[in-house]
Amino acid sequence: MNQFLSFVKKEFRHIFRDKRTMLILLGMPIAQIILFGFAITTEVQNIRVAVLDSSKDISTQRIIDRIDASKYFNIAQTIHNYDEVDKVFQCGDADLVIVFEERFNENLIHTGKAQIQLIADATDPNTATTEINYITSIINSVQLELMGTNFVPIQIIPEIRMLYNPQMKSAYNFVPGVMGLILMLVCSMMTSISIVREKEMGTMEILLVSPMRPIYIVLSKVMPYFLLSCVNLTTILLLSVFVLGVPVAGSLFWLILVSFVFIVVSLSLGMLISTLAVNQVAAMLMSGMVLMMPVLLLSGMIFPIENMPQILQWLSNIIPARWYISAIRKLMIEGTAITFVLKELAILLFMAFFFITVSLKKFKIRLQ
Amino acid sequence: MLTDKIIVAENLTKKFGDFTAVDNVSFTVNRGEIFGFLGANGAGKTTAMRMLCGLSKPTSGKGWVAGFDIWKQSEKVKKNIGYMSQKFSLYKDLKVWENIRLFAGIYGMKDKEIAVKADEMLNRLEFINERNTLVKQLPLGWKQKLAFSIAIFHEPQIVFLDEPTGGVDPTTRRQFWELIYHASGQGITVFVTTHYMDEAEYCNRVSIMVDGRIDALDTPAKLKQQFGVLNMDEVFQQLARHAKRSG
Amino acid sequence: MVLKYLIEKEFKQIRRNSFLPRLILIFPCLIMLVAPWIVNLEVKDIGLNVIDHDHSTYSGKLIQKIGSSGYFRITDLSGSYAEAMQSIQSNESDIILEIKLGFESDLLKEGSTQVLIAANAVNGTKGGLGSNYLAQIINEYSTEIRENFQPLPNTAIPVIDVVPQNRFNPHLDYKVFIVPAQMVLLLTILCGFLPALNIVGEKETGTIEQINVTPVVKFTFIIAKLIPYWIIGFVVLSLCFVIAALVYGIVPTGSLLTVYLFAGLFVLSYSGIGLVVSNYSGTMQQAMFVMFFFTIILILMSGMFTPVNNMPQWAQIVTIFNPLKYFIQVMHLVYLKGSGVWALCSQFIALLGFAVFFNTWAILSYRKKA
Repeated sequence: MNQFLSFVKKEFRHIFRDKRTMLILLGMPIAQIILFGFAITTEVQNIRVAVLDSSKDISTQRIIDRIDASKYFNIAQTIHNYDEVDKVFQCGDADLVIVFEERFNENLIHTGKAQIQLIADATDPNTATTEINYITSIINSVQLELMGTNFVPIQIIPEIRMLYNPQMKSAYNFVPGVMGLILMLVCSMMTSISIVREKEMGTMEILLVSPMRPIYIVLSKVMPYFLLSCVNLTTILLLSVFVLGVPVAGSLFWLILVSFVFIVVSLSLGMLISTLAVNQVAAMLMSGMVLMMPVLLLSGMIFPIENMPQILQWLSNIIPARWYISAIRKLMIEGTAITFVLKELAILLFMAFFFITVSLKKFKIRLQ
Repeated sequence: MLTDKIIVAENLTKKFGDFTAVDNVSFTVNRGEIFGFLGANGAGKTTAMRMLCGLSKPTSGKGWVAGFDIWKQSEKVKKNIGYMSQKFSLYKDLKVWENIRLFAGIYGMKDKEIAVKADEMLNRLEFINERNTLVKQLPLGWKQKLAFSIAIFHEPQIVFLDEPTGGVDPTTRRQFWELIYHASGQGITVFVTTHYMDEAEYCNRVSIMVDGRIDALDTPAKLKQQFGVLNMDEVFQQLARHAKRSG
Repeated sequence: MVLKYLIEKEFKQIRRNSFLPRLILIFPCLIMLVAPWIVNLEVKDIGLNVIDHDHSTYSGKLIQKIGSSGYFRITDLSGSYAEAMQSIQSNESDIILEIKLGFESDLLKEGSTQVLIAANAVNGTKGGLGSNYLAQIINEYSTEIRENFQPLPNTAIPVIDVVPQNRFNPHLDYKVFIVPAQMVLLLTILCGFLPALNIVGEKETGTIEQINVTPVVKFTFIIAKLIPYWIIGFVVLSLCFVIAALVYGIVPTGSLLTVYLFAGLFVLSYSGIGLVVSNYSGTMQQAMFVMFFFTIILILMSGMFTPVNNMPQWAQIVTIFNPLKYFIQVMHLVYLKGSGVWALCSQFIALLGFAVFFNTWAILSYRKKA
C-alpha cells in the first residue's frame, strides 16, 4: 500500500509540474460555464428592424412605436423604397424589414383589411422564425386595440407554461453537456496522453519491472485524473448552482453516483486508447477524433439527437457521453426519480465493465 | 576583419536561477586551430558553446566570435559559423540531399552552387548512393558525419561541435576525426566539446571545465607535463576529483 | 531567396507525414458530408401529448389541425396531466396540450376559452419555438371559427394581414445556415491547430536548434511557416465549395473571389494565433490544450450557432476581438446574401488588423536565443 501511495505521489508531481496545462484543465470548466451561462443564449434580443413605411399614418406609427418599445426589437433605420430591402440585408444593417402597404390606415378602416409584409433574414432559420413570431404577436395586440374593444367574439387563449426552465435559460440545456465534455477531456484525453508519453520515454518499462502488480501501476496513473475530474465536477456543480442559478432539482446522491460511473467509463477508455496508440501525437489525434468530436457532435450536448438521420442516431448510441448527458439532464434539471434513469445507468455500467475488461486484457497482452 | 584571436570570451557567465552553469569564463581561440573543450557532463561546456553561437544570452560577460560581438551582432556571428548540436538535429523526415539543400539555401547559396558542391561532398563521404535516403533511415555514425558535413557546407570560419562522437564506435570516431582534420586543413577553426580524453590528444589546445569554470587551458603536451602525468585522462582525473557537481 | 528553401522544406515535411495529407483532404470531406446532418437546431417533429377532457367536435378539429400542421407528431392521448408528465419525463413527448372540459361550450357560449400548453423547456429553443408554433396554430384556428361565425358586414373586424417572408433561405433549411459556418470551422481547426503543433514540434525533435544557429531572419522563418497553411486553407476551402455545391446545392450568391479574399486574411490571422501559441509552448500537449481552450471559446462566441446580437453587452464587447466573428459575418453576407466587397469594409479592416497583429506577435515571440 505504501508503495502504491508513493507511485500516486509521483504521478501527481508529474501533472502539477506543467502549470499551464493544469491551469487550462481547471479553468476550462469555469470558462465554459460562464460562456454557456451568460454569453451563449438562444433567446433573441436586440433585433435590428428596418421600416419601409409608405403610408406614414396613425396606425403605422402606432405599430412602429409598439415594436420599438419592445425589449426584443430596435428600429435601426427607415428606408424609402423596396429596392433598398436587399441592400439593408447585404450591408448587415438589419435583421428584419417591415413593409407597410400604401394607405395602410385608410385600407384598414374602409375595407377592414390592411397588409404588412415581414421580411426576415432567414439565414438563421430559428432566429428568423422567432423574430416573426414575436413581431406578429405585437401586431396582433395592436390589432386588438384598434378594434376599440377588448372583447373579441371567438378566441382561444393559450396559457403557456415552460416546464423545468421557466426563464428559458440556455444554461439549463448546456450544463449537462459541459459536464460530459470536461470529464471526457480530463479522464480520457489526459490519461491516454500521459500513459503513452511514459511509454515513449521508456519509463514505463522501469515501472513494469518493479515488484508492483501491473493493475496498481495503472491505478496509480489513473488516480490523479480521477481526483482532477472530481475537482472539475465539484466546480461545475457549484458554479451552475450558485452562479448560473441552475438548481439540482433531483437527487444529488444519484447525480454524483452516475457521474462516478461515467468517470470510470472515461478513464477506462483513456486506458484503452493508451494501449492502442504508438505515440503522443497518435494518442492526441485518436482521443480528439474518436472522443472529442463525437462528444461535441453526437452526444446531444448541443445538437438534438432526434434531428439526426437514423444512421447517426444509431451511431450516437455507442457514445458514453450521450447516456451520461441524458441522465444528468433528467436528474439535475428535470428532477426525475432515479427510476427514469435506470436505462442510462445500466448502459453506462455495461460500458464501464466492457472497457475495463478490454483494456486490462490489452494491457496484459502487452506485458507478455 | 581578420584577427588572430577568432574567439574571445571575457568573464562569460550564465545563470539559470540560482544555478551558475558557466562561471566567469575567459579564453581565446586562435584562427585555424582545433580547440578542445573538455569537461564532465554538466560542467557547462554546452552552455558556454551555446552562448558563443548566439543560441543563449549570457547573464554577464563579453564575447567576440569571428570579430563580431555576441551581444549585439549575434546574427552576424551566425553567418560565419557552423554548428552541430549534441542531439542530432537535422530533419529526419527529409532526404540527405534535401537537408543539404535546405541549410545551404538558408546560408544564401545558389541552386547551382549547391548542386555541384553537394555531389562533390557526397562523393568524398562515399554517400552518393544515399543521396535520396531519408535521414531517419541512416545509421547513427552516418547521421553524425552528415551533420558535420552540413555544418561546414557553407564554408564558415568556425565550426562548433558539441560532443560530435557521442555514442558511436571507435572506427567511426576515427573517421570522424579525419573529417575534422580535413576541415581544419581548409582553414576552418574547430571548436569541439568532448568527454573522450583520447580525443583531447587530437586537439591543438584544450581547456578543461570543472563546475562551470575553466581549470586548465594549454596544449595537451604542456598539460601533461604540468600535472606530471602520461595521458590526458589522468590530467582530467586530477582536476575532476574536486568537482562538486556529479556527472 | 532563403524563403524558397524554407517553404520547400515545410511542404516536403507535410507530404512525408503519414497522417497530415490524409487529414487535410479527408477531414474536410468527412465534416462537410456528415456535420450538416448533425449540426441541426431545426425545430420540427415535436412530440405532442394531448389531454382532451372535452372530447367535443371543436377540440377534435383542433387536434386534427395541429396534427396536420407538419410541426407536430402527436405521440399520445393521455387521460390525465400526471400521465402526460410521465411521457415528458421519459422524453417521449416535448409538449403537453391540455384541453379542459367545457372547451367547446365556453367557446360558443362565452366566446372565449382557454387551453394549457406546457413545454419541456430544458432545451429552450425547442420549448420556446414549439409552444410558439402551437399558439400560432390555435390562433389561426380561432380566426377560422370567427370568420365562419361572423359573416355580418357591420361587425367586421379590421384585420391586419401579416405576410411573412423568409429572405435568403425561403424553406428555412438549417443546412443553408450551417454549411458556410462549417467551412469556417474547418479552416479554424486545420489552419489553427497545425501551426500550433508545428514550431513546438520542432522544439521537441530538436531541429529548431539547427535553424536557430543559422542567420535566418525571424520574419522569413515565420512567413515560411505561414504560407503552407495559407495554401492548405485555399485547398480546403475549394474542396468545401465543391462539396457544398454538389451535395447540398448551396452555391455562393456573392462573388467567390470575395470569399477567397477574406478567407485568405482569416487563415493568416488564425495561423498567426497558432504560431504564437506554438512559440510559447514547451510541449505539443501543452500547445494542444491551449489551442483547444481558446478555439472553443472563440467558436462559441463567433455567432456560428447563436447570434452575437443575443449576447449581453459585455460579451458583445469581447467578440470585437474575435476574428471568427468577422469571418462568419462575411460568409453569411457573401455566401448567402450576396453582399459585395463594399459592404464589408469593417470586416476587412478587422481581419487585416488581426493578421498583422498576430503575425507580428508570432515573429516577436519566436526566440532564436534562450
